[in-house]
Amino acid sequence: MQKRISTLPFKGTPEQEARLLAAIEAHRADPGAVMPVLQEAQEIYGYLPEEVQQIVAEGLNISMQEVYGVATFYSMFTLTPKGENHISVCLGTACYVKGAGDIIDKISQRLGIAAEECTEDGRFSLTACRCIGACGLAPVLTVNDEVYGRLTVDDVDTILAKYQS
Amino acid sequence: MFRSTVLICGGTGCTSSNSEKLITLMQAELVRLGLEKEVNVIKTGCFGLCALGPIVVVYPEGAFYSMVKEDDITEIVEEHLLKGRIVQRLLYSETVAEDTIKSLNQTSFYAKQKRVALRNCGVIDPEKIDEYIAVDGYAALGKALTELTPQQVIDTVKASGLRGRGGGGFPTGLKWSFAAANQADQKYVACNADEGDPGAFMDRSVLEGDPHAVLEAMAIAGYAIGANKGYIYVRAEYPIAVYRLNIAIAQAREYGLLGKNIFETGFDFDVEIRLGAGAFVCGEETALLNSIEGKRGEPRNRPPFPAVKGLYGKPTVLNNVETYANIPQIILNGAEWFAAMGTEKSKGTKVFALGGKINNTGLVEVPMGTTLREIVEEIGGGIPDGKKFKAAQTGGPSGGCIPPEHMDIEIDYDNLISIGSMMGSGGLIVMDEDSCMVDIAKFFLEFTVDESCGKCTPCRVGTKRLHEILERITAGQGELEDLDKLEALCYYIKENALCGLGQTAPNPVLSTLKYFRDEYEAHVVNKKCPAGVCKSLLSYFIIAEKCKGCTLCARVCPVGAISGTVKEPHVIDLNKCIKCGACIEKCKFGAIIKK
Repeated sequence: MQKRISTLPFKGTPEQEARLLAAIEAHRADPGAVMPVLQEAQEIYGYLPEEVQQIVAEGLNISMQEVYGVATFYSMFTLTPKGENHISVCLGTACYVKGAGDIIDKISQRLGIAAEECTEDGRFSLTACRCIGACGLAPVLTVNDEVYGRLTVDDVDTILAKYQS
Repeated sequence: MFRSTVLICGGTGCTSSNSEKLITLMQAELVRLGLEKEVNVIKTGCFGLCALGPIVVVYPEGAFYSMVKEDDITEIVEEHLLKGRIVQRLLYSETVAEDTIKSLNQTSFYAKQKRVALRNCGVIDPEKIDEYIAVDGYAALGKALTELTPQQVIDTVKASGLRGRGGGGFPTGLKWSFAAANQADQKYVACNADEGDPGAFMDRSVLEGDPHAVLEAMAIAGYAIGANKGYIYVRAEYPIAVYRLNIAIAQAREYGLLGKNIFETGFDFDVEIRLGAGAFVCGEETALLNSIEGKRGEPRNRPPFPAVKGLYGKPTVLNNVETYANIPQIILNGAEWFAAMGTEKSKGTKVFALGGKINNTGLVEVPMGTTLREIVEEIGGGIPDGKKFKAAQTGGPSGGCIPPEHMDIEIDYDNLISIGSMMGSGGLIVMDEDSCMVDIAKFFLEFTVDESCGKCTPCRVGTKRLHEILERITAGQGELEDLDKLEALCYYIKENALCGLGQTAPNPVLSTLKYFRDEYEAHVVNKKCPAGVCKSLLSYFIIAEKCKGCTLCARVCPVGAISGTVKEPHVIDLNKCIKCGACIEKCKFGAIIKK
């Protein structure tokens, strides 16, 4: 999948960098440390901008190419920041068959952003995810950690309103 | 001793509908009434009947409460647990009999099921190793280490006829014997818990509901092939599974069931978790091994197979979660017991994740050889709203669609392949007349285009071209010769792709072309989508007889395509209409249709 790369300026803090360096230190001896370190880096920063990848590459003493290769390969790694409210619409088969496509279209229309984008004011970001495994509740979306299931397109406005105020 | 036990489902499905909150509320209510020493509340794994979640079961009565809401908890506690009166209105309707309640095993959802891999899910508290031990947990490991030689373990697994449940269906015992035969200073056991098929969630449920069964089986595999280190590669999207696995590993270490000198036999074995980061191709065994090594999850050329050169170049056995979940039972009950279930070439049971347009969505485990009709109509409870069955999709993006004429086929590995689908990991998505088969094929191809790792050209470019042709067809720009092109390209990709992902990626297209060619032709020749899904091929109409002239639709239409006077039927100008569907949503009289 083509990754979107953010053009927003990097706003990392020294505290974040200290936490990242500690994570690198903890994994340094492990074979195959790149993925666990990138996972922690994403926890710390919310996404993996070039600056963060550079710190990981230097810290683990591997090439930037290797880090970038891994960061862009896996769908959970994101190179764009998330909004304050991150909406994730499940497009697994069970949800798709039950109309998840219409739901993401409607959200996209309401927020004026496509999937894998963030609104300009940073309030909302939208992503289409693969099965979260709650197929019994299909179609499903999550906002941050909150799960909304058995949806119809009519529910979209109510859900968005909860986070817009 | 507790006089009552309350089981509350803590699987992902029920957790998503707030079962955690129910547990907290239940405990608070019990404390309020001073019942906390009399009633035991247990958070279990998945019961399987996810459609009815959140699920709360009260024993000894076996009262099965479904779709329980926060407000219902006080009633359950005050009426049932305090006064002993079952709350009839919350019972799962199928369990209600005259003046008694029926056991779950008599309901149509459970009656035809046979639970082997899922036997502890929804039964024990997965966060307590003692509960697992109480149901013969780790007895199989004890038996293997103290009574059987590694060769005998392999022979038992071979004789059971167990085949890989991840999709390929390779005989597990044979795989183990290859790894055992290779001499090396270090060998590995790996568990594939990277359940990538969108719509399959049985591996997650096993890990959430019975994590120790997988650890025990991995240790048995380690003993059989001579490995002392195991890796579980699990999707990071499954936080509950990861959390419970971590607890299980810590408890097993504390009890000496993982670690050094297990059962004082001199056998060492330990397990580590590796989190996947979302790549479907990592379900392919060599891609998964690359990913554990921290690399991009691209498949390797085979041979050498992992049993010869696997993780870090060492002999490795890699099995899927459900495969492992069967192992302790096989060791304990014997190969014959297992081989007695199923069909001639596919033994045992298979778990299916039943989803889509079906009443009882959830997890079902049935003996191999059960027919699709039994699963859909009896266990699944049929299709909602009286709609007609159109197809069942098995095997996810690698599988195909099974049409109504094959509903009586006995499901096993070989039969599914013979009709152009495959077992896959066990996703079973039911579709009704409202599903467009061309759109479904496009949906899966979009998935494989996204997930193709890009290493080999047939898959990287081929799936992209397939997707483009399907886009054309669903947009009404297809031509009849596109169908032949699709077919030719499918076979080309199947024959030339490097790994299982590419080789099976054309299956959704091929099977829909085979069974639903008329739908493709309707898109191409008549420029119509018979199911009414493909937007470009639809037009919106107002049925004059039903329209009350309320003007709601005209006001909501963003392009002013609807006109008419108040209390008179309205009309849609098809040249202006952008097919956004806003009018259909607003119409209270069902007067607007798309066709």
